[in-house]
Amino acid sequence: MKLINFFRRPSTAPVARERLQILLAHERAVSGKSDLIAILREEIMAVIAKHFPVDQEGIKVKMERGEVVSTLEVEVEIPTPMCPSFPLPAKPVKVAAVSPDETSQAKELGGAGDPSEFIYDEAPTEMAKTGTEA
Amino acid sequence: MAKVLVVTSGKGGVGKTTSTAALGAALATAGKNVVLIDFDVGLRNLDLVMGAERRVVYDLINVVQGDAKLPQALIRDKRVPSLSLLPASQTRDKDALTEEGVAQVIGELKEKFDWVICDSPAGIERGATLAMRYADIAIVVTNPEVSSVRDSDRIIGLLDSKTKRAEDGERVEKHLLLTRFDAVRAGRGEMLNVADVLEILSIPLLGIIPESSEVLRASNLGSPVTLNNPVSAPARAYFDAAKRLNGEALEVIVPSDRKGLFGKLFGRRAA
Repeated sequence: MKLINFFRRPSTAPVARERLQILLAHERAVSGKSDLIAILREEIMAVIAKHFPVDQEGIKVKMERGEVVSTLEVEVEIPTPMCPSFPLPAKPVKVAAVSPDETSQAKELGGAGDPSEFIYDEAPTEMAKTGTEA
Repeated sequence: MAKVLVVTSGKGGVGKTTSTAALGAALATAGKNVVLIDFDVGLRNLDLVMGAERRVVYDLINVVQGDAKLPQALIRDKRVPSLSLLPASQTRDKDALTEEGVAQVIGELKEKFDWVICDSPAGIERGATLAMRYADIAIVVTNPEVSSVRDSDRIIGLLDSKTKRAEDGERVEKHLLLTRFDAVRAGRGEMLNVADVLEILSIPLLGIIPESSEVLRASNLGSPVTLNNPVSAPARAYFDAAKRLNGEALEVIVPSDRKGLFGKLFGRRAA
């Protein structure tokens, strides 16, 4: 048996099959709602706009698809109010979400001075869920 | 009741035109009135594969634009009288095809023929979407190879969304035709096997056409493989597929050409 395997080249079809299954699962999810990112952006903005004055251009939504984990990156710029004692840093707040097949804990990245205290705790997790379900 | 069938794939070079010609001829020899329409405007080839390239006078666009009547543009096959061809234009722009024009032509053809078979161009642009627009049945031609399978998946999505039937809330019957299949290589794990492709695309199987030198031999001569060598492996596979289209429930097998002693010895061990 080992001798046969020695002469035989390893089979490649299973690799082809697996690659296709992963790729098509992603492509099927996106097709039909190719403007998913645009919809997400609008909805996230609506939520944030309830509490902060945000600029139309102030929200960036990016989705990156990986084999096991996809990340949804949401970057929200909140203008610093005129008041000098306002504690909010000018740096943007980044929220990264992880696919449900991994641990679905949302992490806060960047944003020195812990801006997550300012954006109340629930909001980023909610957003992350909306993004990864689709 | 006439049926409109589109032969499509997304990817080029997988055997749409070959399959259109072979299936059309198989259906026609079984006594059906069949017309083949080439939708590949600017890159027509169905006329060449059918051996009718020197008989083209008017084409689909002439008919759509009213420059010619439909009977003037139809070319009747010299071998099988119940088989006709409506060629594509080689010189015109594909934008000359309009949705209304295509609807009108297909409507007229449905009155005269049992099967209206639309040979789609590759891609997902205007020619391809118009070819599938009025289809009742679609044959998705796929090679056991990653890029072909991916493109087929995309085309299946379009069949479910961009066709007239889909828009009317009905469904287009979709069938997979696996072409250029090599059972020996699939057995060795060098090529996606039938179950893999079926699982990924999840549409019913119409037939498996084995890779064969007979296909090129037939197109060299300008004859569908089902007429040129009806007993060859690919021809038998196409005849079976045509029977399934006519509603016969046949088990799908991969026909193979008879092998010599050498082929048998080595073919079997490899499989």
